[in-house]
Amino acid sequence: MEPVGIRLQGVTKRFKGHVLAVDNVNLEIEPGEFMVLVGPSGCGKSTLLRVIAGLEEVSGGRVYLGDEDVTTKLPQHRDVAMVFQSYALYPRMSVRRNMGFGLRMRRTEKTERDRRVDEVAHILGLERLLDRRPGALSGGQRQRVAMGRAIVREPKVFLLDEPLSNLDAKLRVTMRAQLSLLHQRLGITTVYVTHDQVEAMTLGQRVAVLRDGVLQQVDTPTNLFRHPVNLFVAAFIGSPSMNFVQGRVANGSVNFADVTIPLPAGSALAGSDRQVVVGIRPTGFTTATGDGMPTMKAVPDVVEDLGDERYIHFDVDAPRVDTEATRAAVDAKSAEDILLLPEDRARFTVRLPVDTPVTAGQPVTLAVSPERLHFFDPESGATL
Amino acid sequence: MSARVDVPRDLRIRSRWGPHVTTLRYLALFALVCLFLIPVYVLVVTALKDPSQVSPRQMWQLPDALSLDTFRTVWPKLETGFRNSLVMAVPASIISSVLGAANGFVLSKWRFPGADIVFPLILFGMFIPYQSILIPLRQVLSDAGLTNLTGLALVHIIYGLPITTLIFRSYFASISDELIDASQVDGAGMLRTFAYVAVPIALPAFAVSIIWQFTQAWNDFLFGIVVVTRATHWPVTVALNNTAGSQVVPYHEAMAAAALASIPTLLVYILMGRFFMRGLMAGALKG
Repeated sequence: MEPVGIRLQGVTKRFKGHVLAVDNVNLEIEPGEFMVLVGPSGCGKSTLLRVIAGLEEVSGGRVYLGDEDVTTKLPQHRDVAMVFQSYALYPRMSVRRNMGFGLRMRRTEKTERDRRVDEVAHILGLERLLDRRPGALSGGQRQRVAMGRAIVREPKVFLLDEPLSNLDAKLRVTMRAQLSLLHQRLGITTVYVTHDQVEAMTLGQRVAVLRDGVLQQVDTPTNLFRHPVNLFVAAFIGSPSMNFVQGRVANGSVNFADVTIPLPAGSALAGSDRQVVVGIRPTGFTTATGDGMPTMKAVPDVVEDLGDERYIHFDVDAPRVDTEATRAAVDAKSAEDILLLPEDRARFTVRLPVDTPVTAGQPVTLAVSPERLHFFDPESGATL
Repeated sequence: MSARVDVPRDLRIRSRWGPHVTTLRYLALFALVCLFLIPVYVLVVTALKDPSQVSPRQMWQLPDALSLDTFRTVWPKLETGFRNSLVMAVPASIISSVLGAANGFVLSKWRFPGADIVFPLILFGMFIPYQSILIPLRQVLSDAGLTNLTGLALVHIIYGLPITTLIFRSYFASISDELIDASQVDGAGMLRTFAYVAVPIALPAFAVSIIWQFTQAWNDFLFGIVVVTRATHWPVTVALNNTAGSQVVPYHEAMAAAALASIPTLLVYILMGRFFMRGLMAGALKG
């Protein structure tokens, strides 16, 4: 079957009590594409997915599957399949009947139904479990049954709502790879919702970042990482998060703490004189080699060894960037960046090769590549 | 989910007085059980006595010889009523449970505008005293020519709806919405979602509802005597009342009849109680 695209046109969803869950979202998903919707909890990504499924009515805008306007169609008539966060397997049905339920509801012949269930069970390694009830399965098996139930239908569109969030960390990584393979194999247009930016970056051909119901940026993972459109996307994408510091651009260079770094060639900021937020990825640093790259001094207070890489943390003598955007992005990633430190100072995390000789308390000189700097407007958060 | 871990006995944290407290607790509970069983004791003992031994003075004594004669004499008087009650109570409890399930499903999982007004209105029916509607009810039923078992069953179905609706609404409210969403995305509409997804997981609620409804319908006396005109259609409670006689009270017969009349409700409770078991939702949601 030819894959179909999804087009959202000005989709708005307002819940009772006037909570604006999705605000005028325009999004075009190509046929066969793997699109990830990502954002902190409560950003409207699940609502958007449920709008595509037809489980939520829109308050405004249109939803198209292919060329067909399905805005007012019931979910049972949309030919989409969905995998739920809780899996939502039918507890009183065997795995076989769970997987065949969609076909049964669409009045597919029993022989054909069994053939397709067997085929999908084979792909997912569920052959031996077909007669069991969901209660007799492990978490990973249930997850695969939920996937299988969606695949068997051969739907126009696959919708996945945080399908891996209930699995343990190891299984999640395996299933992530499986999902990618499955998508390559089936080529069905897929929309995947997650709050985990690592999942988003690894799975998505394109990633749509949402915040408070507003679409922030839709792009490939690489572009999101390299060219975030605003402070929120920059802070949200990437782990550990981007380092931010208040700085000042003047005379063709940027200045924060006691560090002065020339602006990269052709920068739009050349010639301006203004306050900016400077962002540098933890990977944007190297240990200084004295080849003329701008440097900064740092005294790491924590050194984390991760086997093949090493993270150092240190304070920078400049005001911390604390806007709503950075806070929203940080909240999302558990309490990864809990601030146990002086409120008014920026804090940097830097990734270094594991063979770098650093110890906590010993000063180290780091080189910064001007190309790796990001500049944001302190007021609007937009990239400059 | 929490897995049960078997801790070896000698590793558990124990209070010094633990064993004594447990003994005392069970003694107290046993005493209460005895207290509550006294009427049942008198009922059974009297019913099994030889008629000559039955008198209020010997109420507490065990029978000298077990005799089923009383049951034999009393059964013919009860038989018709017994059959009438079965014919009326079984369909009444099943139908009102099914309707209650449908109501509960729609009110909690397939919400419609105004559901929040409709539900309290249905519940309101629970608080209307029977006596206050008795005369109009009787009038309506005789106008409709339903002063028979069908009419009685109908009354129990309708009067059961508030409580069965409440039972099923609470039960369905505890079930994840995602299950219903999944069924919709899989292509089932409201009726098929109800039939294929909601009803199979609602067996515990059916058990509660049927036990409750059957007991209500079976034990009801008031509607039975008011609604049903013909003696051949009287339910067992009316028949039981009639065994009590008019001048002399044959205790043993009344007791035997009461014992017989209470068997079906006990049976329903024992049979349906199996479905009270938990774990019907096992495996539906994550792990």
